[in-house]
Amino acid sequence: MTDMIKLSNVHKSFGPKHVLKGVDLSVEKGNSLVVIGGSGSGKSVMMKSILGLLTPEKGEIEINGLPTVGLKAGKRDLVNRQFGMLFQNGALFDSLAVWQNVSFAAMQGNNMPADEARELAKESLALVGLEENILDLFPVSLSGGMHKRVGLARAIATRPPIIFFDEPTTGLDPIMTDVINHLIRDCVNELGATTMTITHDMSSVRTIGDKAALLYQGQIIWTGEIDALEQSDDPFLVQFINGLADGPIEIAGA
Amino acid sequence: MNPLARIGRFFLGFLAHTGRLTVFIAHSFVAIIQPPYYVRLIGQQMVRIGYFSLPVVALTSFFTGGVLALQIYYGGNQFNSEAIVASIVALGITRELGPVLGGLMVAGRVSAAIAAEIGTMRVTEQIDALTTLSTEPFKYLVAPRVIAAVLSMPLLALVADIIGIMGGFVVGTQSLGFNPAIYMQLTLDFITPDDITSGLIKAAVFGFIIAIMGCYHGYNSAGGAQGVGRATTNAVVSASILILSANYLMTSLLFSS
Ligand SMILES: Nc1ncnc2c1ncn2[C@@H]1O[C@H](COP(=O)(O)OP(=O)(O)O)[C@@H](O)[C@H]1O
Ligand SMILES: [Mg+2]
Repeated sequence: MTDMIKLSNVHKSFGPKHVLKGVDLSVEKGNSLVVIGGSGSGKSVMMKSILGLLTPEKGEIEINGLPTVGLKAGKRDLVNRQFGMLFQNGALFDSLAVWQNVSFAAMQGNNMPADEARELAKESLALVGLEENILDLFPVSLSGGMHKRVGLARAIATRPPIIFFDEPTTGLDPIMTDVINHLIRDCVNELGATTMTITHDMSSVRTIGDKAALLYQGQIIWTGEIDALEQSDDPFLVQFINGLADGPIEIAGA
Repeated sequence: MNPLARIGRFFLGFLAHTGRLTVFIAHSFVAIIQPPYYVRLIGQQMVRIGYFSLPVVALTSFFTGGVLALQIYYGGNQFNSEAIVASIVALGITRELGPVLGGLMVAGRVSAAIAAEIGTMRVTEQIDALTTLSTEPFKYLVAPRVIAAVLSMPLLALVADIIGIMGGFVVGTQSLGFNPAIYMQLTLDFITPDDITSGLIKAAVFGFIIAIMGCYHGYNSAGGAQGVGRATTNAVVSASILILSANYLMTSLLFSS
């Protein structure tokens, strides 16, 4: 299988704070990888580096075989067009209605006329189980679950081959969590996309993931199949999966 | 800490800040020049920046024109006061007070609003989302605001000129007993097109300062709601200081010849 996403020895610092210390990771085409790891361990920084929102100081990130670190704006944009991204808190545009949010990339990037864009928004919302009666609402008036779903609809609107989810279920109740997990799995299956999901939530790991990776102290210290994850006797994994305070993981501030 | 080290640190910080701002402005210029142009967004911003600032700018300049007339009258020689009041109000408003006070009022309203809006977009990852949706934030957010402010401010300054002179006129004719027809004639005799254009050029520069400061501080805000609050304050303070210092610089350039 070919690697759709491949990180080699990626380093990223903010001033004196060394967040990523040589991350090696790859995701095969059509595969769903979940990344787990404590809060502040650099999961979002890793994802933003892949998206080109942050530039690593060292290392290489390849998308479908193409090295992307330091790519010029025009070429970077072509790479970005293969991506869909659901941000941690949705990151919907407050000033735009739901339908304009969902079809934003199509309208801005591909100059799609408004009536077509509205249709596209309707279709994408249907994929995440939302009715067209919310098309003209603004993000402020959406509940947390709806906000996430509209964000999901926006991420998949252009049918991208690679989709990223940053903590898609954080802050949702258990039922909505399950709804979102299944939506993600179903959408991804339907689109045949390659995905990377950051999560703290073991139910997301089981529902969404084919493989898992554990990020700890700036490096990927474990990768493997989901079944192997649950059966592993690696003390780091056992502690993380079972949510135990005692174990080898150094807890910041503790 | 060693006082020398403290000065050194302050100086380095200042240089770093200036460098970042220069890069930001250069990036903004590229975004303004290169397509795509978001014409509809420019229109929207002109309404927000220009149209909605009309009441504050009008009120400010009306009272400024009025108080200027009073002070010149009381402070000056009462002989031939009509001509002196009319000319100083006209020159003072068109050359300095219309654009500068208008600029400061708009800085308070607009720099703050821009910084808060873009800052919120930054800390809620909406700016990151723009990039992942194939849209350049400088083109989509910064360029329309800068263009709209540069176009709106001269129009606002023109309004401020007219209403400020009206303020002087109302005070002069109603409470100082000047003859309306003569006062108007004197005003028109004293004003030259250069007085007005110099004020409008200043206003355009102030518009640039106002929008850039709002965008810059908003764009670089970090650390949640508190960070956005800090960005808002910094935007207004730095825009105001830059307006006053740019005004001094432009006055010495425009009127030295
Ligand atoms: N833009 C930034 N500037 C400075 N520090 C940052 C920035 N983004 C993230 N960090 C720091 O990097 C670390 C990892 O952050 P993040 O990737 O968001 O964690 P998480 O694993 O919870 O997603 C944190 O300590 C955070 O404070
Ligand atoms: Mg995160």
